Amino acid sequence: MLEFLKQPWPWYIAGPLIGLTVPALLILGNKSFGISSSLRHICAACLPANIPFFKYDWKKEAWNLFFVFGILLGGTIAIGLLSNPNPIEVNSKLAAELAGYGITNYDNLIPQDIMNWPALLTLKGFLLMVVGGFLVGFGTRYAGGCTSGHAIMGLSTFQWPSLIATICFMIGGFIMANLILPHILAL
Amino acid sequence: MKQHTNTDFETRSLDAVCVNESQLTHKWYHNIKYLIVGVLFGIVFVKSEVVSWFRIQEMFRLQSFHMYGIIGSAIVVGMTSIWLIKKFHIKTIYGENIEFHPKTFNKGQIFGGLLFGFGWAITGACPGPLFAQIGTGATVISVTLLSAVAGTWVYGLLRDRLPH
Repeated sequence: MLEFLKQPWPWYIAGPLIGLTVPALLILGNKSFGISSSLRHICAACLPANIPFFKYDWKKEAWNLFFVFGILLGGTIAIGLLSNPNPIEVNSKLAAELAGYGITNYDNLIPQDIMNWPALLTLKGFLLMVVGGFLVGFGTRYAGGCTSGHAIMGLSTFQWPSLIATICFMIGGFIMANLILPHILAL
Repeated sequence: MKQHTNTDFETRSLDAVCVNESQLTHKWYHNIKYLIVGVLFGIVFVKSEVVSWFRIQEMFRLQSFHMYGIIGSAIVVGMTSIWLIKKFHIKTIYGENIEFHPKTFNKGQIFGGLLFGFGWAITGACPGPLFAQIGTGATVISVTLLSAVAGTWVYGLLRDRLPH
């Protein structure tokens, strides 16, 4: 059983389990599934700076901070107890492309060759980790949600603004991954 | 776009897909149950490699069905369970009615959506996976997470000057 759990889980197991988070949070306390809001609550709690957007009672949304801290702990448990001993398997075309940028280490979920502490001081690492992170935080809040809030919760409740947001996430991702990111990785 | 009002609920509703206005107040430890849901969710995230930078690159290059299968089946299960909740008027464990908040369209969903898409493809992570990646020991991703918090903060600062 444990050996079975240690393998990477197929999409038809993982997807439905992720989907079940929606009713679980609703039934446990009327909470709508959404993760990017946690970033806003962190701002409101730590540095509201008199900005109206952050002047609210973040403690009412504290559940969201417990939830994301749980995700972090879940990551630790999954790696500690259920770690897959084999390197991550990816499409051979992707592996060939990435090898051209010197990315050959598949031992971790992130590409260790380009995402590590010393790399932060290089232009490539700065763009990948700092600028990329900034775009995630700025973009999700501007869009009003991320993959969980818009794509999963929003589409599950037939919200058409969420469909537009999800389509834009994908367009942005396709443009970046295929047209811009290759130039960053080549730096 | 409506202007700010001074009520706490209105402010929290701005640009938020989820506003959680339970009428009940609980002691802090009631939040432990969300921590547990988060732990289970985080384990699924890591074991299905949703939090893998490589999987996100495959998705945006149409080289694997994996991510599409996960997001698609999650939506189907989410839709079905919400349909069941509405049909059978299922209440929360505290006996409250379950409420849904309709979203209104604004241009932010286009501009912000594109910007987030860029960030998603670069970092290989949306906000949830950032937390899970740090948990797996990728400590450098805490810098990415801090930068995402900074991005959210700058959005809040510039909000009134951005097209919505």
